[in-house]
Amino acid sequence: MLKLKNIKASVEDKDILKGLNLEIKPGEIHAIMGPNGAGKSTLSSVIAGKEKFSVDAGEIEFEGEVINDLAPEERAHKGIFMSFQHPIEIPGVTTTNFVKAAVNAKRVAEGKEELTPGEMLRLIKEKSALLELDRKFLSRSLNEGFSGGEKKRNEIFQMAMLEPKLAILDETDSGLDIDALRIVANGVNMLRSPERSAIVITHYQRLLDYIVPDFVHVLYDGRIVKTGGKELALELEEKGYDWIKEEIDNK
Amino acid sequence: MSLEEKIISTFKQKNSKLAEVFNQAFELFEQKGFPTKKNEDWKYTSLKKLLKTDYSLVTEINNNIEAKDVEPFFIGADTYKVVLVDGFYNADLSHVDTDKITISSMQDAIENNAELVEKHFAKVADNNQEMVALNTISFNDGVFVNIPNNVILDKPIEVINIATGVLGDTLIQPRNLIVVGKNADAKLIERHQNISENTILTNSVTEISVGENAYYYHYKIQNDTEVSNLVDNTFVDQNRYSNAYVDTFAFGGNVTRNNLSFLLNGENAVANLDGISLLNKNQHVDNFTFVDHRVPNCDSNELYKGIYDDKSKGVFTGKVMIRKDAQNTKGDQQNNNILLSENAQINAKPQMEIYADDVKAAHGCTIGQLDDDALFFMRQRCIPLKEAKAMLMYAFASEALKNVKVEELKTQINKQIAQKLGVNIEFGV
Ligand SMILES: Nc1ncnc2c1ncn2[C@@H]1O[C@H](COP(=O)(O)OP(=O)(O)OP(=O)(O)O)[C@@H](O)[C@H]1O
Ligand SMILES: [Mg+2]
Repeated sequence: MLKLKNIKASVEDKDILKGLNLEIKPGEIHAIMGPNGAGKSTLSSVIAGKEKFSVDAGEIEFEGEVINDLAPEERAHKGIFMSFQHPIEIPGVTTTNFVKAAVNAKRVAEGKEELTPGEMLRLIKEKSALLELDRKFLSRSLNEGFSGGEKKRNEIFQMAMLEPKLAILDETDSGLDIDALRIVANGVNMLRSPERSAIVITHYQRLLDYIVPDFVHVLYDGRIVKTGGKELALELEEKGYDWIKEEIDNK
Repeated sequence: MSLEEKIISTFKQKNSKLAEVFNQAFELFEQKGFPTKKNEDWKYTSLKKLLKTDYSLVTEINNNIEAKDVEPFFIGADTYKVVLVDGFYNADLSHVDTDKITISSMQDAIENNAELVEKHFAKVADNNQEMVALNTISFNDGVFVNIPNNVILDKPIEVINIATGVLGDTLIQPRNLIVVGKNADAKLIERHQNISENTILTNSVTEISVGENAYYYHYKIQNDTEVSNLVDNTFVDQNRYSNAYVDTFAFGGNVTRNNLSFLLNGENAVANLDGISLLNKNQHVDNFTFVDHRVPNCDSNELYKGIYDDKSKGVFTGKVMIRKDAQNTKGDQQNNNILLSENAQINAKPQMEIYADDVKAAHGCTIGQLDDDALFFMRQRCIPLKEAKAMLMYAFASEALKNVKVEELKTQINKQIAQKLGVNIEFGV
């Protein structure tokens, strides 16, 4: 589904990703862990097409197509979704109007009819119930004055509305209490299928009890330096990253 | 012959019922002529280029306009409809069947409502301003509205100013008087529309008197064609406990200058000024606002939003005078702007003159761009760049729609904004 081949990326002349390789097959869930500043969010943004980051080398291949030159919305139309570590507030645009616009934009790009207001309403009701999002939130400006946890649930609500093929969850669990974590994980698991994949970026193995990954990678200094199964997450949480840093720095 | 000379010679012999006012204005215009950039109040808007055109002056009624020519410019609601054609009130196209209020031509009012006219005509409007004096000496007609005491008007009044261009490039000068009685409540929508390819310069004067404890809403839709220019002079006189609202939505036209003055003459009055300028190409809109706090305990609230693309230019002056007696005044003024292009410009000038000591006055002015992070976020959620930008712009501007109390008008404005931004989005739904 997704192949990253030797990706080098920078922002404002600062090299952040330094030759990153990753392959994700349909149906797989990959967890990415790593110390602060390693480049995890940068990786998400690069896949999603944020223009501020320049991809200086390497290819991003999605479903067999090189997407380096595609605009963010074109990538989104192909089924790439990224849940933001820091969701953006958009004063003056209600959550409802925003998701309506998003869902219909995707449908138009896919050559489908826009949903009727009735269909849209039903879909919003169904998905917001899944995420236990209060109606009040839906009629408020997007993320404005939302708590950290509410913003994250709102992200997963939008994901549920858009049903992406590849979901990148950037620290969606940070700041969630255990109930919210279950709700969010449930939202993610509802989408699991042999055709859909996910990248789960987290600092805590706790999330991985609910969203069980097929692989766990360690991202350090712009590269994936270690890959293992879900037990690697436990080990990392117990021992921290110093032993990995040592391993790398000694090489 | 210059336009000034032409006006002076055409109107010199005019036999006016309002001779005193007329003569005074005549003298002033003869002496000063059109305002130039040397006049501090006209520093950022030059009429020079506009005045190179050899405008025809309208002297008689043109009756060649049919209902279907005007129809598209109404908001599509149940309203009292007034149509002015080249500055003349057109009774055939106007629909004002009611005996609760008076709506008539200004000419008619000068004849038949002499007392009211005399009481208000050229009383709020400042005849020392060149463009007002010009209108005073050369207007033909306009609309007169009288809302008697205690009348809560059941539907809004729409005033469409049609410019026909049948005389070629034309100078049009409507003169309007709106008197809102004690405890009355009324809403009026004003629109200017050029239906020709010819250059139009409209210099309109509207005087509004808002009675004690009355509510009055005045909405200006300025979405005219690229060869249409407008100098709008609107003066609002407020009595005790009155609430007046003037909203200015400038989307179209070439050069537009809005001289909007509120004179707070009665205590506990509240003045509300809102505006959205949404410009592109070479458009120029100058909002020159003046709020005169003359007595204690009044509030004024001013919110102007501007979005400027291409080589367009916006000007905002927020002149607020808080006189010595105007204790316990609250004045709030916000002017927020977004520049979408390197060649777009905004000149913004808050101008507070405060002579009272117990005053809460705040003003803020911002100039920014669209937020890149927000744009990326929206695009990540499948919304194409153009639509994402439009949504952010609407979100930015729509705060200034808060006093639009006519649903069909709001829908109409939302449509015009979408059209201007080139997107097919139903805003505000
Ligand atoms: N816009 C930017 N301008 C300059 N430096 C940036 C920018 N964005 C990220 N960086 C830098 O790039 C490096 C990687 O940042 P990134 O956000 O990808 O780390 P991360 O692995 O997601 O960290 P965390 O776990 O704290 O979220 C950091 O050193 C960061 O300061
Ligand atoms: Mg991060």
